[in-house]
Amino acid sequence: MDFSEYKDIYVFAEQRDGKIQSVALELIGKARELSKVTGEKVVAILAGCNVASQAGTLIEYGADKVVVIDDKNLETYVTEQYTQAVYQAVTKFKPSILMYGATTIGRDLAPRIAARLGTGLTADCTKLDITEDTHELQMTRPAFGGNLMATIMCPNHRPQMSTVRPGVMPKSEPDKSRKGEVVEFKPTFDQSKFIVKLVKNVKEKKNTVDISEAKILVSGGRGVGCKEGFEKLQGLATVLGGEVSSSRAMVDAGVMPHDRQVGQTGKTVRPSVYFALGISGAIQHLAGMEESDCIIAVNKDKFAPIFSVADLGIVCDLNKVVPALTERLKKEIKK
Amino acid sequence: MNFNLTKTQSLFKQMIREFAEKEVKPLAAEIDEQERFPQETVEKMAKLGIFGIPVPKQYGGAGGDNIMYSIAVEELSRCCATTGVVVSAHTSLCMSPILQFGTEEQKMKYIPKLAAGEWIGAFGLTEPNAGTDAAGQQTTAVLDGDQWVINGNKIFITNAGHADVYVVVAMTDKSLGTKGISAFIVEATTPGFTIGKKELKMGIRGSATAELIFTNVRIPKDNLLGKVGEGFKIAMMTLDGGRIGIASQALGIAQGALDETVKYTKERKQFGKAIAKFQNTQFQMADLKTKIEAARLLVRSAAFKEDEHVKNEKVNFSADAAMAKLYAAETAMEVTTKCVQYHGGYGYTREYPVERMMRDAKITEIYEGTSEVQRMVIAGKLFGKIK
Amino acid sequence: MKLLVCIKQVPDTTEIKIDPVTKTLVRDGVPAIMNPDDKGGLEFALQLKDKFGAEVTVITMGLPQADLILREAFAMGADKAILLTDRKLGGADTLATSKALAGAARMLDWDLVIAGRQAIDGDTAQVGPEMAEHLGIPQISYVADVQYDDKAKKFTVKKETEDGYQILEFQGKALLTCLASAVKPRYMSVGGIVEAYDKEVEIWGADRIDVPETELGLKGSPTKVFKSFTKELKQPGQIHEVDAEEAVELIVAKLKEKHII
Repeated sequence: MDFSEYKDIYVFAEQRDGKIQSVALELIGKARELSKVTGEKVVAILAGCNVASQAGTLIEYGADKVVVIDDKNLETYVTEQYTQAVYQAVTKFKPSILMYGATTIGRDLAPRIAARLGTGLTADCTKLDITEDTHELQMTRPAFGGNLMATIMCPNHRPQMSTVRPGVMPKSEPDKSRKGEVVEFKPTFDQSKFIVKLVKNVKEKKNTVDISEAKILVSGGRGVGCKEGFEKLQGLATVLGGEVSSSRAMVDAGVMPHDRQVGQTGKTVRPSVYFALGISGAIQHLAGMEESDCIIAVNKDKFAPIFSVADLGIVCDLNKVVPALTERLKKEIKK
Repeated sequence: MNFNLTKTQSLFKQMIREFAEKEVKPLAAEIDEQERFPQETVEKMAKLGIFGIPVPKQYGGAGGDNIMYSIAVEELSRCCATTGVVVSAHTSLCMSPILQFGTEEQKMKYIPKLAAGEWIGAFGLTEPNAGTDAAGQQTTAVLDGDQWVINGNKIFITNAGHADVYVVVAMTDKSLGTKGISAFIVEATTPGFTIGKKELKMGIRGSATAELIFTNVRIPKDNLLGKVGEGFKIAMMTLDGGRIGIASQALGIAQGALDETVKYTKERKQFGKAIAKFQNTQFQMADLKTKIEAARLLVRSAAFKEDEHVKNEKVNFSADAAMAKLYAAETAMEVTTKCVQYHGGYGYTREYPVERMMRDAKITEIYEGTSEVQRMVIAGKLFGKIK
Repeated sequence: MKLLVCIKQVPDTTEIKIDPVTKTLVRDGVPAIMNPDDKGGLEFALQLKDKFGAEVTVITMGLPQADLILREAFAMGADKAILLTDRKLGGADTLATSKALAGAARMLDWDLVIAGRQAIDGDTAQVGPEMAEHLGIPQISYVADVQYDDKAKKFTVKKETEDGYQILEFQGKALLTCLASAVKPRYMSVGGIVEAYDKEVEIWGADRIDVPETELGLKGSPTKVFKSFTKELKQPGQIHEVDAEEAVELIVAKLKEKHII
């Protein structure tokens, strides 16, 4: 394999319903940072139907070049259609690095492409570095339920591919004056492989809140106990303009829906303030929230591991603190 | 000599523990509080074959052994003693005598449905005036043409009202004493058979315990179990197996209380440290753990002997079952009482399960032969006939 | 209908702890379990068996002790089991693993391959899709429901997405990766347990599959673990044991400091 043919840092710019996903911008931000070491270009692959107009956004956020694949076959994500399109773009443009968001789409598409290319793929990365000398990608990810971090490399194959957790990499500030190149790419589709048919694509309202976007999260664990307890947390969240999230225990118990779960098997969040209420702080949970700017933990057990990451730790009964705090904040905010 | 469970037994233990933790434990406090029979759990257990564990496959059972059955009652009781005794009474007191003493026709008629849990079984021996002294039976059965006519009352009957099939003991010839007692299979739908007063109990409150009333209950002649006059022997042999079930129940209660207490003492802090860190706690808990393990060895060895008995009738396990029950029941009472103590004031409240476990433990020293009866059985074996 | 179900034995990661002194994983006493998503997939397969009389074959790649999860699968209702085990398969990354499993699948007759979305020890979600690619069949990941129309020979699948779900249809062969949260797997039955060890688990070595050795195990893995380490937790702030009133004061002060209020 001649590595010299492979250059530039590519990002699969995921869009849904024509809307660029936040993770795509985060990846462009990270790619920009890595490109400072390698001196390469940052290229976004934007695939979809009637999405070409969005290319500008990707440039504003740091892309030097956008490869647009605009085709009616790509209207809604289906594995095979997207695999054919992205695979052909990759074999034509030969990226050195290709990153995807670790979303249901990215995690479906990336392994398919990796297997078709016969290259390596590292899932769910939370940290990306590049070696100064050889410009190889070092992909760091949690394993064993967040208990262990592993740094993975792909020394003998190109492109070096990874999926990256949403909410982990910081976006750059958009710059309207940035200039970039937009290239159209037309793949040839083999329709005979379109075996899976999309019957319908349903959006459920209950899933519209994305806790990873929230600035303030009021998160509850076993100590909250029941639905009524979470209603009180909702009261506090409402006063602060935040959202309610949950530990895995309460999701497993059926008290909270999965899309509210913070942690290794839930979402990674980094809000300005993270309230950990009645959450003991299993390592799986910490993995999903420890990057928060400010962590305020309330727990009856002063030895709860959550206190090891908290900026402010309160040993007290959350059932007493939450109502009092909610009332107090109502007054504070009125002032 | 091998103290390990077989691969099959340990796979079974993995399943029943998971089932008990996920399906049985969440209901334990509720059925106790409401004194409610856990019908929904019974249906789930039926589907998995838990009502037919030591029953040969030819009769629709799972083809397991008595060690597996004992593990089932132990693990269920570790989370909920009520659920444990539902399975125990059904298996040991109803299916077991039919399997041991029933005719091929009786087995084919009753066992497949009982093993599948479509029917639940119960056993009627105790009467107001025939408790520990089971020979004082006043219920009578008289042959009238090709039917037996049963009259009388049975009390403290586990699964009463929820069972479809009852193995019942009655006097067929008073002049012969215990040799005049016979056993019968009675279906719950038989006219004249009714359920009387339901007992309000200290523990195992979800388990149905009630009176059986027989008013000219006519059953087919063919529903005689064993031969005429074999009833007392059948009852005593049935209780041998039943005692292994109750010993397993007691063991499970003790283990459940210990597990809860280990968890609690690690969390609960007094004087600035977890109470599990105090050496007094550690030593006392170590003693309890040792007793539980000793009880487990007795229970497993009795179940093992019962399996030997199934293969060879000459193997007698009466004393083994009695020792297992005596020791496990007394251990359960001691362990649960101390576990409540370790929980302090909280242990006395219904917020923690040890309170229920302590109430549940008490019955294991009483039913299917009190601890005193077990000592009689053990001493009988020890001394033989004293001249 | 013939179904091939891929399962994996994993350490129960919720039980794994870090040794505070050596900072290494404490694996002793951690139970080895059937991966939850895989168990969900097996349940979907067994439901198809219940309705349409499918034959369910389970396959796992792993160490000889993975026999245990195959016995568990038998006790849940699987018909056949294959244990793919060989030193040559050791150290495989997702690509090499998927090549080995696809190689094994090619030796078998099936209509549908069912796998879990991801394993709790690696959480990659890559082996299923990569295996599908090697087999040249479509995949549907994040599967929450599977229905089959016997007459039309058509599968209808519900796939979960971040903001809802999709309904997808296909005829012919495919690979599904399933979610544990979408289905409650059945318990092993007592009768199934009693028979589980009487059944035969087929043991396959690397020589049973038609994949070049260079594509298997460590040799066939494009990704390499450069290093692994336990996470350094950030330095904790102050811990206050206070009553609710004081707690409120402390929190309000903190929120003011951070300019939240």
